[in-house]
Amino acid sequence: MLNTISFEAIKTAVQQWLNMHWGPHLAFIAECILIGLLVIVFFAVLGLLLVFMERKVSAVMQIRLGPNRVGPKGWLQTSADTLKLMLKEGLTPDGADKFLFNLAPFLIMIAAMLIMVPIAFARNFQIWDINIGVLYISSIASISVIAILMAGWSSNNKYALLGAMRSGAQIISYELSAGVAVITMVMLTQSLSIQDIILSQQNGWWIFKGHIPAIIAFIIFMIAATAETNRAPFDLAEAESELTAGFHTEYSGMKFALFFLAEYINVFIVCAVAAILFFGGWMPFHIGNWEGFNHIMDYIPSSIWFLGKTFCLIFLIMWFRWTFPRLRIDQLLNLEWKYLLPISLANLLLMTIIVVLKWYL
Amino acid sequence: MQALTNRAQAVNRAPMTFWERIYLVNIFKGMLITFSHIFKKKPTIQYPEQKRPFSPVFRGLHVLNRDEQGRERCTACGLCAVACPAEAITMEAAERLPGEENLYREEKYAARYEINMLRCIFCGLCEEACPKDAIYLSETFAPANFNRSTFIYSKKDLLIPNPVTEPEAYAKAKGLN
Repeated sequence: MLNTISFEAIKTAVQQWLNMHWGPHLAFIAECILIGLLVIVFFAVLGLLLVFMERKVSAVMQIRLGPNRVGPKGWLQTSADTLKLMLKEGLTPDGADKFLFNLAPFLIMIAAMLIMVPIAFARNFQIWDINIGVLYISSIASISVIAILMAGWSSNNKYALLGAMRSGAQIISYELSAGVAVITMVMLTQSLSIQDIILSQQNGWWIFKGHIPAIIAFIIFMIAATAETNRAPFDLAEAESELTAGFHTEYSGMKFALFFLAEYINVFIVCAVAAILFFGGWMPFHIGNWEGFNHIMDYIPSSIWFLGKTFCLIFLIMWFRWTFPRLRIDQLLNLEWKYLLPISLANLLLMTIIVVLKWYL
Repeated sequence: MQALTNRAQAVNRAPMTFWERIYLVNIFKGMLITFSHIFKKKPTIQYPEQKRPFSPVFRGLHVLNRDEQGRERCTACGLCAVACPAEAITMEAAERLPGEENLYREEKYAARYEINMLRCIFCGLCEEACPKDAIYLSETFAPANFNRSTFIYSKKDLLIPNPVTEPEAYAKAKGLN
């Protein structure tokens, strides 16, 4: 195995070095600071990459070229955009509730950062393996709706408020079916810890092992995830053609950039969760007893597996966005309460039967 | 009723079947369409590096012509200004003095000749009206500018370079090389 330069090896090396030189307490504090810095850098890079990816994906789907001027093949386009946003004035409107208005973008970023905690990026490379990992993710994910409502309310703008109210209705209702889809998968693993969920997929990912209920749960989870991250076809919260920009209409400069960044970070997170629950996180692709094939797959680093799966799912979500027209608010709520929720509940029952009768491998 | 073209299609008002109402098939079809777009040839023209050729009858910026000895052809007859529907052309005539025969072809010439490019509609009627072939519309267009006054093109902007004294510039302006 090529474990010499894996993330796990780096992590243990840093940990040992710190403990050896600074003692356990200082080492712990240093590790916390290091992790904080890593998360911030990761967010910045991820934001730049995902915005660029979105622009390229939208371009090729509309038979255009997309950004290709700034830097080689346009790779520096998003960096240039960020520079522009940093130089712009972060305006606070006169009638706004200034404290809440300025707090909201940071709150949405903090919520996105907190979700990062239990996600496993590679083999044994995880900030904190909480035993309620999946529950933690779904509970923190609902904090972002508070930030959105806060932004909409404090802007003192009818469009912002309308967008925020829509977003609240949407996120709260779609969280149900997303949660039920997650519970369906937790039934199989019988553990909420991310580490356990990934390890249970050693001999095959749940999407293959879990029969039809797993596939239905995956489809429902992807639809609910698209809705929860406020992306088209469920982007009613920002609905450009109706509400100018929805809840972040009044924001400009870096505060707007934080909302924009948080949207992409949330996309990454829901895709990472889907990859962990259904596609085995960093677990390589194995086919039954094909020893040679499995061995070759093991040589691909676990971080590549995780990021590859996540980015495929992100592409799927972007693909949705550039294919479908936006739903109306009544259609959106109909879809959730009349179709997705009953289907996911029935699916949960089906999965329960399968688990009780031990029909899965 | 017979359709006028073979592209006509009757509107289907049949109620939707179960599979159509469940909408999943059409979602999948739509996604396939956008996916197939990834592999299509992009029709984008990379503008500054790559330019679309103009048609041979393109009407761009005006050029005041010279004859083969480098003399200005324009005699300031004013027919172009009369023909101009946008009233963009102004000129002042002057009489050729002895010793200026190598500069102007006829006894009368345009001392001042101005075209307001903001008024001009590039219809080419001046070119058609000119009895001396002195004005023609080239294949370039007016570049953008910050100042309105720069769009009033005078003789020094319009005149083609002298083929006798500056043959290279003349050839370039004619697009010969």
